[in-house]
Amino acid sequence: MLSYWVYIGIFLVVAVVVPIVAVTLPMLISPKKPSKRKEEVYECGIETKGNIRVQLKSQYYIYALIFLVFDIEIIFLFPWAVSLGKLPLFAVFEGVVFIAILFAGLIYASRKGALVWS
Amino acid sequence: MADLINVIENWLKNLLLGWGAGEPLALFILQALGSVLVIIICFLIVIALIWVERKLAGRIQDRFGPNRAGPYGIFQSFADIIKIFTKEYITPKGADKGLFNIAPVLAMASVLAIWAVFPIAVNVIGADVNVGVLYIVAVGAFGILAILMAGWSSNNRYALLGASRSVAMLISYEIPMVVSLLVPVLLAHSMKLSTIIEAQQPWWYLVVAPLSALIFLISSMAEIGKAPFDLLEAESELVAGYHTEYSGMKFGMFYVAEFLHQYTVGALITIFFLGGWAGPLAVQWPILGVVYFYGKSFLVYLVISWIRLSLPRIRIDEMLNLNWKFLIPVSFINLVAVAIADRIMMDLDLKQWMYVLVMFSLNIFILLVSLYLSGKSKPTVERETFPPRPVAVPPGTESK
Repeated sequence: MLSYWVYIGIFLVVAVVVPIVAVTLPMLISPKKPSKRKEEVYECGIETKGNIRVQLKSQYYIYALIFLVFDIEIIFLFPWAVSLGKLPLFAVFEGVVFIAILFAGLIYASRKGALVWS
Repeated sequence: MADLINVIENWLKNLLLGWGAGEPLALFILQALGSVLVIIICFLIVIALIWVERKLAGRIQDRFGPNRAGPYGIFQSFADIIKIFTKEYITPKGADKGLFNIAPVLAMASVLAIWAVFPIAVNVIGADVNVGVLYIVAVGAFGILAILMAGWSSNNRYALLGASRSVAMLISYEIPMVVSLLVPVLLAHSMKLSTIIEAQQPWWYLVVAPLSALIFLISSMAEIGKAPFDLLEAESELVAGYHTEYSGMKFGMFYVAEFLHQYTVGALITIFFLGGWAGPLAVQWPILGVVYFYGKSFLVYLVISWIRLSLPRIRIDEMLNLNWKFLIPVSFINLVAVAIADRIMMDLDLKQWMYVLVMFSLNIFILLVSLYLSGKSKPTVERETFPPRPVAVPPGTESK
């Protein structure tokens, strides 16, 4: 069991090192001629004005909040799904009630207009 | 011969032990070699896939595709590699250098890391951890972080806009994806990938849970950002999306990660719904299992490419509505129905084919009912429609 996690650790290190090597290797052979025009931001040809980090729609933020609720719910559902075969029927319905409560949250958010992209 | 991989592994292990290496050191070297091998195979697959994808795209769109470099253009990918290796790196003015350089590496690593747990054949299993599904979900989510980092650090409004769009989309579609992954976990009573594959030996989960397979396919197509869900890099609106400012191999990493992610989704669908390495003689000949696994993944890859090349891009509000108002409710209802049906039928002690039949018809029933209900609902945003305008004709050529 432990050796599996060692393998995953080695694999993660290799998976990070290989792209790093692939990115640094061209530095040895590629030309380096930086110029002011080249480093301009690629937008539309005219010089960029003002702060680049503009404010974005707040809608993105609302989606992220709803996502967070569901993501945590799903993490709790994984152990329930794994042990379903050993649970009595009553516990299965408890899981269903758990889903239903969070689903009520989705309906509430939908009624409040949080899911409308305007 | 039948068990080629394990024969080589044992031979190497004995060789290392013969050279005086201790048991842990030999194991360490073998695991390092194994991970390097898996990653190199991933890269080789991508090189082949780029050619296949371009050729297929060409054929579907009534063009030739690459046909200059070598017979049928098979050396096109190698020409691309040589070119991309000699490209200059350009870092835009005002970019956040640290994040700008980490993002492509993270994008690639997050896709590669998923391959650590894949069971490739009956006895060739990467890491057979008992939380394999959770590992895949957790590691796969790092790709979203890489996109956000790339968009934020590029100092480019288009890149930032593309990144925030894609993050809104990716996190939304992550919910139906993970919920539809819960169904195989629930049916196999395990999060271990090898157990999930063994549990679907006579009946693949594509038959037992077709609706989950469909939802997983749709939501993972959104996860890889391919058309019809490719508005994170809608080239007519956002230049190229989050990787607008990247050049050379840093762009190449995003490009390769995208292709590999599509193939990885194919492999995931293979493991969860198409029986993994299973096939005729796969247990006696593990080497055949490897062929089946990569072959099935490739078939799913082709299906995804086919869908992506046939459908136009959809608007962002349509896309988010599809997710929040259709896929999420349907996937949760499907999960609840499958859980209750599975638990009740366990007590009834049915024959296996009856169990499969009930599950299949339940899934199809839910799909049809939800399609019927969604067809009845009105669109929330009414679009203004214009009367057709007369076509301009050059003076003197009007038909009388």
